[in-house]
Amino acid sequence: MIPAATRYARASDLDHALELLGEPEAKVIAGGQSLIPVMKLRVARPSLVVDISQLDLRGVREEGDVLRLGPLTTWAEVAAAEAFERPALAAIQECALGIGDLQVRNRGTVGGSLVHADPASDMPAVLLALRAQLRLRARDAERDVAVADFLRGPFLTDLGEQELVADIAIPIPPEGSGSAYVSVEHPASGFALAGAAALVGPDGETVALTGVGATPFVLPAGAVRDAISRSEIFGDRFASEEYRRELAAVVAARALDAARQRAKENS
Amino acid sequence: MSDSVSLAVNGEERSLEVEGRTLLVHALRDGLGLTGTHIGCDTSQCGACTVLLDGRAVKSCTMLARQAEGHEITTIEGLGQDAELHPIQRAFVEHHGLQCGFCTPGFILTTADLLSRNGAPSDAEIRHALRGNLCRCTGYQGIVESIRAAGAAS
Repeated sequence: MIPAATRYARASDLDHALELLGEPEAKVIAGGQSLIPVMKLRVARPSLVVDISQLDLRGVREEGDVLRLGPLTTWAEVAAAEAFERPALAAIQECALGIGDLQVRNRGTVGGSLVHADPASDMPAVLLALRAQLRLRARDAERDVAVADFLRGPFLTDLGEQELVADIAIPIPPEGSGSAYVSVEHPASGFALAGAAALVGPDGETVALTGVGATPFVLPAGAVRDAISRSEIFGDRFASEEYRRELAAVVAARALDAARQRAKENS
Repeated sequence: MSDSVSLAVNGEERSLEVEGRTLLVHALRDGLGLTGTHIGCDTSQCGACTVLLDGRAVKSCTMLARQAEGHEITTIEGLGQDAELHPIQRAFVEHHGLQCGFCTPGFILTTADLLSRNGAPSDAEIRHALRGNLCRCTGYQGIVESIRAAGAAS
């Protein structure tokens, strides 16, 4: 399979990337692990591919009570980052290690996955549970948006055509917190049939689900099974709605158990 | 519309013409004649096209050739020679890590990445690392044994 004809440009910095994005039908490429497959299927036919891999938007750094994760950080780099070894943020490492395969983790980036917004992608659930915020940059504007507001539907986000994700801010949960991510994957695609991220701490318990709805979403407070029964869950040829509901309850319970255990270790 | 690019492949700077849409695997095979990199599924599943980019395993069917500019690419041709096989290649021969051999270059380059990070991986770590490589002949047992042996040898 060969993508439709396109031009390629490598951006030297953020301003250059935003300038290149001024062209209609231009598309950003970072690791390309989502974009290139859809270009090969000719579902995406950008006139210009703007390579942002050289931008200085990579790595993890701690700033007070916030961890700043560069959107160009690859899954392999996320999985190896010491910052995510603490129990409160263990869900991030756990999730990154389970994404795709070794080759995909070497190229695929956190930001790329977020903007692709596959309804079954794993990390958005974790970032939802951890109440992460995205900083979006345009040529002459900048805004912060919660991941919960950023995800609008299947493959649909709040990102403007001439905007880039410049930063992912993850509030560091208080002492005594633990987090976990558990999923049951489709054996061929590796995508989550149901995935759950849990954050447990002094402020309470949060569960976010992926793979079961139009977007990953935070489960309303209350008993997990009740909350799932009130949520909109979809079925498809891989798993019926009924099966996904059951699976969602199972992964949510497992994620909560693991997060509670880590919270205990952390207090 | 094609552009002239320079790619660093197996320690040599190679010039070739590519289009913006040209995939790295096509540039390597058709542009540079390095046909040891195989195309299996063409849909990012099978790992037969795996090469090393700056020492890390990547699927060359899921990358544009232009994205590889400025990076070091290693294909199976750059790993060992017929006269002197790389220790990973030798281990695959000695431990029945292949039958038809079609998937083998990909497995070997994935192994090179794995062993560069972890010289003594457990069987579970080996199998986790092999998630992105499919073999339709061996049933993986011989491959896992080959990798274990290659780790011990290096």
